[in-house]
Amino acid sequence: MLASVASTGVVFGLAAWWIGSSEYWPAVQNQFFSGEAIRESFPAVLRGFWLNLRVWVIAQIVILFVALVLAVMRSLHGPIAAPFRIAAVAYIDFMRGVPALLLILLFGFGVPALQLPGLPRGALFWGSVAMIAGYAAYTAEVYRAGMEAVHDSQRAAARALGLSQWQTLRYAIIPQAIRNVLPALLNGAVSLQKDVALLSVIGVRDAVREAQIYTARTFNYSSLIAAAVLFLIASVPLARFTDWYARRDQERRLQRTL
Amino acid sequence: MTTRRVEVENLTKYYGDNLVLDRVNLGVGIHEVVCLIGASGSGKSTLLRCINRLVDYDDGCILLDGKDIDSEEMPQNELRKRIGIVFQAYNLFPHMTVMDNITLAPRKVHGIDRAETEERARELLDLFDMGGYAASYPDRLSGGQQQRVAIVRAMATNPDVLLLDEVTAALDPELIGGVLAVIRELKAEGMTMVIVTHEMGFARDSADRVCFLDAGRIVEESPPDKLFAEPENPRTRQFLQRIIEAGRL
Repeated sequence: MLASVASTGVVFGLAAWWIGSSEYWPAVQNQFFSGEAIRESFPAVLRGFWLNLRVWVIAQIVILFVALVLAVMRSLHGPIAAPFRIAAVAYIDFMRGVPALLLILLFGFGVPALQLPGLPRGALFWGSVAMIAGYAAYTAEVYRAGMEAVHDSQRAAARALGLSQWQTLRYAIIPQAIRNVLPALLNGAVSLQKDVALLSVIGVRDAVREAQIYTARTFNYSSLIAAAVLFLIASVPLARFTDWYARRDQERRLQRTL
Repeated sequence: MTTRRVEVENLTKYYGDNLVLDRVNLGVGIHEVVCLIGASGSGKSTLLRCINRLVDYDDGCILLDGKDIDSEEMPQNELRKRIGIVFQAYNLFPHMTVMDNITLAPRKVHGIDRAETEERARELLDLFDMGGYAASYPDRLSGGQQQRVAIVRAMATNPDVLLLDEVTAALDPELIGGVLAVIRELKAEGMTMVIVTHEMGFARDSADRVCFLDAGRIVEESPPDKLFAEPENPRTRQFLQRIIEAGRL
């Protein structure tokens, strides 16, 4: 423990000294780490980040729900369910096969331009829809993997008890599937948290957009660093939590098989 | 013939090109306990699973109290309420307590209210010495305890027939006794049962009739005294000889 603290301190200390003593460091520091620029841009960046967080939470909730519906549609058996299966597969293939950025441009600029009556026209709304549409496809596949990992004997037991196909999913398969894939779902949440920043390309004034606005005015990039720090503050704890949960889950499973 | 609870007629089943059940006939009377024995792959588990339609069959028919189980007169819910099954690997739901495992089907499938189904579950758990475990999760129980819970779960809908598929095969030897005791208790109460088993001693003591299956056919069928003492079919004799050599009878 002591040795690892000492060696870590020495290595990082040397690296810091080496970088700090470089003749280019003052320029780098001014460009990216200017305290004054960070202070100046911070209120706007923070306001933008608050928007990121709200979009993230709302989109994540909708994604978890839509993805579950897609996964269930895809897992239905029987000839009558064929159109649902086909629709789910087609949707997932399309949404996973297209870059998220393209989806955002398509929805965020394309749909409002139609000027359809009764539909919202805001870039924020349609950009969020694009994020949900894309992420729901990925998340549906995560759920599906979790459902397939539930042993067939569980299905047999549920059917033997007289549970319908839907009840089997609802009471036997889905609860176990979600437990199986919770770490993967959390990973998806970390990823979404950062990808919300893509909405800045269609003019949504999120943290990145606000930082860019400052940069465009001052030619100083410290505002982007400020935004980066905010993203890190939100994502690192969640990533650590995911690791912790996955490890605990694995230990529990090991215990069970012993 | 009217006292027959289950009637299997000319049952035929293929897995791909593989014939696993070859025109099997089997009748099970009310209160009767029938044991199916035979080597692995002889079709006994498949036959059992056809009786509650967990496995579809290709030809022949199965009647429950004279009604074709694969027809309008026997809705699937009704069939599964009246025929319970217990599996070799218990197949309890790991995310539910013992009580929820037992009461899930009565509540959600048969619409019985919680208080009533929990009362019945408690009675059964007490009967099988599992009264203290209602709130436990399956992974906290031994294999023998889990299997007893699985039997209670299958009994929770008051079935007319209980199917037992090698229910002691996954258990440590010292846990088998408790599960067999539960089955004897059910027999004493008059439960109609079809039992796939490798426990020859149990089959000899508890069965009213023993059927020996070989290559998808019932080649010999008689009371246990006769089948174990003087088997007629050479293949039955060969099978029992091997069992005796392995020290299992």
